[in-house]
Amino acid sequence: MLKAFYHLLARDLRLAFRSRHELANPLIFFVLVVSLFPLAVTPSADLLMVMAPGVIWVSALLSVLLSLDRLFKQDYEDGSLDQLMLSPNPLVILVLAKVFAHWLLTGLPLVLIAPLLGMFMYVPDEAISTLIFSLLLGTPVLSLVGAIGVSLTVAVNRGGVLLSLIILPLYIPILIFGANAVDVASDGMSVRGQLLFLAAVLALAISLAPLATAVALRITASR
Amino acid sequence: MFKRIWGWIQRFSSPKHFYSISGKMIPWFAISAIFLGVYGLYMGLFVAPTDYQQGESYRIIFIHVPAAWMSMFIYVVMAVSAGIGLIWQIKLADMIAAASAPIGAWFTFIALVTGSLWGKPMWGAYWVWDARLTSELILLFLYFGYMALQSSIEDQRTADKASGLLAIVGVVNIPIIHYSVQWWNTLHQGATVSKLDKPSMHVDMLIPLLVMAIAAKLFYAAIVLVRARNQVLYRERNRQWVRELVEKL
Repeated sequence: MLKAFYHLLARDLRLAFRSRHELANPLIFFVLVVSLFPLAVTPSADLLMVMAPGVIWVSALLSVLLSLDRLFKQDYEDGSLDQLMLSPNPLVILVLAKVFAHWLLTGLPLVLIAPLLGMFMYVPDEAISTLIFSLLLGTPVLSLVGAIGVSLTVAVNRGGVLLSLIILPLYIPILIFGANAVDVASDGMSVRGQLLFLAAVLALAISLAPLATAVALRITASR
Repeated sequence: MFKRIWGWIQRFSSPKHFYSISGKMIPWFAISAIFLGVYGLYMGLFVAPTDYQQGESYRIIFIHVPAAWMSMFIYVVMAVSAGIGLIWQIKLADMIAAASAPIGAWFTFIALVTGSLWGKPMWGAYWVWDARLTSELILLFLYFGYMALQSSIEDQRTADKASGLLAIVGVVNIPIIHYSVQWWNTLHQGATVSKLDKPSMHVDMLIPLLVMAIAAKLFYAAIVLVRARNQVLYRERNRQWVRELVEKL
């Protein structure tokens, strides 16, 4: 079972590295969207500092949302998803492997580049570590919950807008606590509560979301 | 015992049986909803005393509060019947879930509109990012997501199951969303406009409110049955009994 997890993880990573240009796209999108805000609103440091947590978090959210497609779409189209569902290994484990691969390829890069964007947006130095930690705890949840949405819409033609319609409301708690943690940290206060909440949601999502995803795949992907 | 109940459930949930029984139930629900609604509105709008603090404009709660209650109640009904449909493969439960969504969305919309109409004289603005308003708005989005998914999958069985799963995921999420929104609001802006601490309600206000709440439930029961009947007819349109029914008309 563990072997299947590793194999699938390795396969997904290998496939992704074969098309490296696609790998960078969500990251570039993330940086691009964040840098639109100073252009659209104002380059003044005071205002950007206030907006920074929200802007960075919303952009991260959209960037993950746009990259969700590659979680199952290609596997669905070339039939390997059917093979996965036929395999004797529990689908939940396989889903977990795929989601983990997705996070490594999109969530983790966002976390790593976030300090740079924090600098762009004048996030105070002492809040940068909170920004990293909140993203580190929050982005896996985005991938996990997003997986439910993708598996529900994988068979729908042009499911992109539909996907965002059903997934974005579910992302709201993460957005609130993630952005708020950075906000509070900028004021120099303790963010234990926010980070613990994010960790709790992560634990909940790891245990429940793969189950829902597996059920959803059996519903929609079995033709 | 269990077998008998199961048999009874299966018999009742067969589309044909449901069609004839619900046809008999609808007038009862509808008439009592109208009766209670008219009575509740009359009591609420004319008989109940004027609020010493909010004047006459508080009277919108006789619409607003029942609508807000219904918006959450219907989502739960939807999720539960979707769960029944998923687990026991009862098609009727799926139809009830699908029929409920637009009604729930409308109640949510009414709650939002009446709330903002009330907010204008009370808070001085149509929209305030109050925790309750915000979670109601998110609830509306959840309904929209459900309906969008339901209508974009062509195969009916798959659409039912997929959107049913979404409703269940949503119902798990609603408490998390609700509390995080509440928490977000209390942190952002102190108690500037938050709900006035309501003094316990006068009986003459409470009774019409409860009557209106019951009327709203009965109204929902009537409408959901009408909508579910339509679903039954549409989905079973190639069956013999539907054809016979149509020929009789």
